[in-house]
Amino acid sequence: MPLIAKVATSVSKTAAALSRAAGRGDGSVIGGWIGLKIDPDLLTHLAAGRAVALVSGTNGKTTTTRLTAAAVGVLGRVATNSFGANMPTGHTSALAKEGHTPFAVLEVDEHYLAQVIDQTRPKVVALLNLSRDQLDRAKEVAMMAELWKKALADHPEIRVVANSDDPMVVWAASGSQQITWFSAGQRWLDDSFVCPQSGHPIERQQGDWWCTGCPLRRPRPQWVVEDEGVIDPRGDWHLVKLQLPGRVNIGNAATALAVAAEFGVRPIEALPRLSRVASIAGRYAQVDRDGRNIRLLLAKNPASWLEAFDMADQAPTLLSINARDPDGLDTSWLYDVDFSPLRDRPVLITGDRAYDLAVRLQVNQVQFKHVQTFDEALRSVPPGRLEVIANYTAFQDIRAELDRVN
Amino acid sequence: MSTEALRIVWIYPDLLSTYGDRGNMLILARRAADRGIPAETYEVRSDQRMPNGADIYLIGGGEDGPQALAAQRLLADGGLHQAVSQGAAVLSICAGYQLLGHSFFAKGAKCAGLGLLDISSDRGETRAVGELRGEVDPRLGLPALTGFENHGGRTHLGAHAAPLARVTAGIGNDGQTEGAWAGKILGTYSHGPALARNPAIADLLLRWATGADRLAPLDDTWADRLRSERLAAASPA
Repeated sequence: MPLIAKVATSVSKTAAALSRAAGRGDGSVIGGWIGLKIDPDLLTHLAAGRAVALVSGTNGKTTTTRLTAAAVGVLGRVATNSFGANMPTGHTSALAKEGHTPFAVLEVDEHYLAQVIDQTRPKVVALLNLSRDQLDRAKEVAMMAELWKKALADHPEIRVVANSDDPMVVWAASGSQQITWFSAGQRWLDDSFVCPQSGHPIERQQGDWWCTGCPLRRPRPQWVVEDEGVIDPRGDWHLVKLQLPGRVNIGNAATALAVAAEFGVRPIEALPRLSRVASIAGRYAQVDRDGRNIRLLLAKNPASWLEAFDMADQAPTLLSINARDPDGLDTSWLYDVDFSPLRDRPVLITGDRAYDLAVRLQVNQVQFKHVQTFDEALRSVPPGRLEVIANYTAFQDIRAELDRVN
Repeated sequence: MSTEALRIVWIYPDLLSTYGDRGNMLILARRAADRGIPAETYEVRSDQRMPNGADIYLIGGGEDGPQALAAQRLLADGGLHQAVSQGAAVLSICAGYQLLGHSFFAKGAKCAGLGLLDISSDRGETRAVGELRGEVDPRLGLPALTGFENHGGRTHLGAHAAPLARVTAGIGNDGQTEGAWAGKILGTYSHGPALARNPAIADLLLRWATGADRLAPLDDTWADRLRSERLAAASPA
């Protein structure tokens, strides 16, 4: 590593540590920011000599990255950006902080995938899914798929692990030479009614899909979620026991196993490690307070709200919606979520944009109570489980109320 | 009012549904049902024939490619033109609003629109993103318009269309006017579920469709709170 990169690494680590000590945050952005100011090529230098996996997609990145890091950990030390700082500053911080590790598993914001591929020369790129997300500042879905497709076409040496159930992902990966397909199911379909290749309608039947106007169709997956487990490429079924709720996390675990397998880790070695992951940067965390068992679920866009309703118990549920910069300023997406699964349970609403939520719930005939604070929400429900579903900054607000639970 | 159910068609949800556009269909159906007006909703995909006998047609926002494709298919189909000539009401949003006009720009090319509204659209130098507020044409008898806009288009009105509103915050058509209306056709840049913040527009469509002069009032406590909050948020600094 060049001297400048060594200096930048050292300063980056110090800045991150100072930030943490000052209570300003977890240091996962500032350290990388300073390091990259000193040496713009720092991420490239830090990635060199490590076997890197990148994980990208609209939903499930943070969880899949954590599970993949746990699985690859069978082989040795893994550097990872486990707090969801998923842009190059976060990657730089994560690699600087961990020192020389043989492996790195990095979550990558979908917009930055091309850049991070160029800088880290990964062995494996995992593509989870693509759906609408924060449209007032993010790209439209088909444009994102096109960016991915171009990024991968430039790097035929990369092994792609991709979701065969998402037509947008399949199209994005279709130019690659080495692809492992996984099937984790796809509940959200509204962004893939039209083929990204030909513009013709996509037909679906019992999990299969195909374009009615061109050859694009669902590839045969090598890894498949079945019941509470995963079938591997040899046809062996493995029970997946997780502390994380929901079928979507079995899918995330299947993806993690598929990525780890590219590094030579067998499912039987990885599974015990996956079962020890209990929460991820506050997601799925359970906190006991005032006799209530509070569980935190993050849902940022229509696809992830569908999954959150699937995970949530039939218990009192607090919904919190903000529309600050990281959330997107536009709340229109609330109408792409069907809230009717909440009709049979007590629902509380809060957050900066609680009124948008109130009108939305009325349209779905869901009864609710508006609360101003988290404490008021706690007092409003009987002892027992309280499910909390919140979008990004609303989630962070509630996490702060609970002393930044991890 | 006829005893038949009100028929509400959502045009091409496979092409033009990017920002919660489904909301307008859900809100119309809810507000009809809450008053005991039977209503049926139909989602008509772009590979299906457009029925011409419905009462209200909804057309939403979308990306350039799907917008151009939708215009071509609606022109070839002709069903929406027939419905309009028979007096159907239309609510058009963003890309859907543009494609009702004579022409619009998509992917850098000028495309022929349906010519149902006397408007034409081109590209602005900047993208309009943010809160939108306007005073609605007094002839429509509606309270202030509130919405969120996210578009690159600029729209020019001809002599046979009137602005839906005079802009008091945001851009709309050109920074001065927002949306357009003529007969029973409404168009707005207030994107996605525009009726959530503007239930009076939903009721106007329902009145047009049923022929009723007035509708039973509904409890709009939450919608009123939302409107007040968003109108205040869009106040000029």
